[in-house]
Amino acid sequence: MKADKHNSKGFWDWFNPAGRDAGGWAFILNRLSALGLAFYLYLHLFVLGKLAQGPDAFDQFVAAAKSPLYTVGELLVIAAALYHGLNGVRLVLNSFNIGVPRQKQMFYTALLLTVIGTIIFAARMFTAS
Amino acid sequence: MWKITYRIRRQKGDEASHYDTFQVEVDPEEYVLDGIEKIWAFEDRSLTFRHACHHSTCGACGMRVNGVEKLTCITKIKDVTQDGGTLTVDPLRNFPVVSDLVVDLGPLYRKMEAVHAPPVHPLSMTPWEGEDIRPPKEVPTPPEGGEYIRLPDCLECGICISACPVAASDPDYLGPAPLAAIQIQGLEGHPELLALADSQQGVWRCHSAFECSAVCPSSVDPGWRIMDLRRQVTARRLKTIIG
Repeated sequence: MKADKHNSKGFWDWFNPAGRDAGGWAFILNRLSALGLAFYLYLHLFVLGKLAQGPDAFDQFVAAAKSPLYTVGELLVIAAALYHGLNGVRLVLNSFNIGVPRQKQMFYTALLLTVIGTIIFAARMFTAS
Repeated sequence: MWKITYRIRRQKGDEASHYDTFQVEVDPEEYVLDGIEKIWAFEDRSLTFRHACHHSTCGACGMRVNGVEKLTCITKIKDVTQDGGTLTVDPLRNFPVVSDLVVDLGPLYRKMEAVHAPPVHPLSMTPWEGEDIRPPKEVPTPPEGGEYIRLPDCLECGICISACPVAASDPDYLGPAPLAAIQIQGLEGHPELLALADSQQGVWRCHSAFECSAVCPSSVDPGWRIMDLRRQVTARRLKTIIG
């Protein structure tokens, strides 16, 4: 008897790392960083909304934002933005059939630059605080 | 000889899937498909799987071995496990499961038909040169009045579709093999394929995971071909705008 069900987990297969090659990992990280940045955008709008509640509400948030937990969160935003942007450049070049045979090396480069950039930002942010 | 465990996903009809395990004695130089055939021959005659040529021409024996898409007739056991190890074998993803390791490749075949993918190519149209299709460097003298033909590199095994994360969430996506087939034929010679390539389910649906190229058991490199097709489509669009 023939089953008609599409043998996949649909959307969830985007994030399934089993058996993935470098390009697949680049895809997964691109999706995760995009979701993270989208979530951050809403969080940012929520925080800006504090301004409408008056100076006390905003000052209260600014005081809370000085905790190391917020700094780590900001660092994650920076890492996600760096990776998403750099991988975006890779994808644009690839889409014009530039460097496709080197797409893995381009991914590793994007990853390396993300790590370096994040470390530089981390050093500055934690030193400043 | 090695003693290994095959862990095979079973599913008949609409029943829930489960794994059956089989202890098999194999020569590590044998192929994954050989072990599956031994299980069928000596352990469980109800196990269903597809195979035919045993030398990577028919594309029938595509499965997932330890989570990775493989043509099991050319995947050596020693390359995917060790003595005393376990081999997990699943059917391909993104196709309906007919029974056990057999999937219905009909959706792929219909898409290949839609893009008029020829089963054989004239030798002058060898596929690895892209838009500027040229014959290979050493072309044998064709028979009088005719031209040699060759099988295209694509085996239509469906492995690329199984590995594609986009095909997982969009069954209507043309997919790597059909898009590669358009690129192989070339938009210059086949402008009727432009609409399909430039459609929502065409080159723009690809999200550049390049998993298709990573698992392709032949030398199609669908990821590269999709990017080349995207470049061709973009160039044509620009030409239309500029005039």
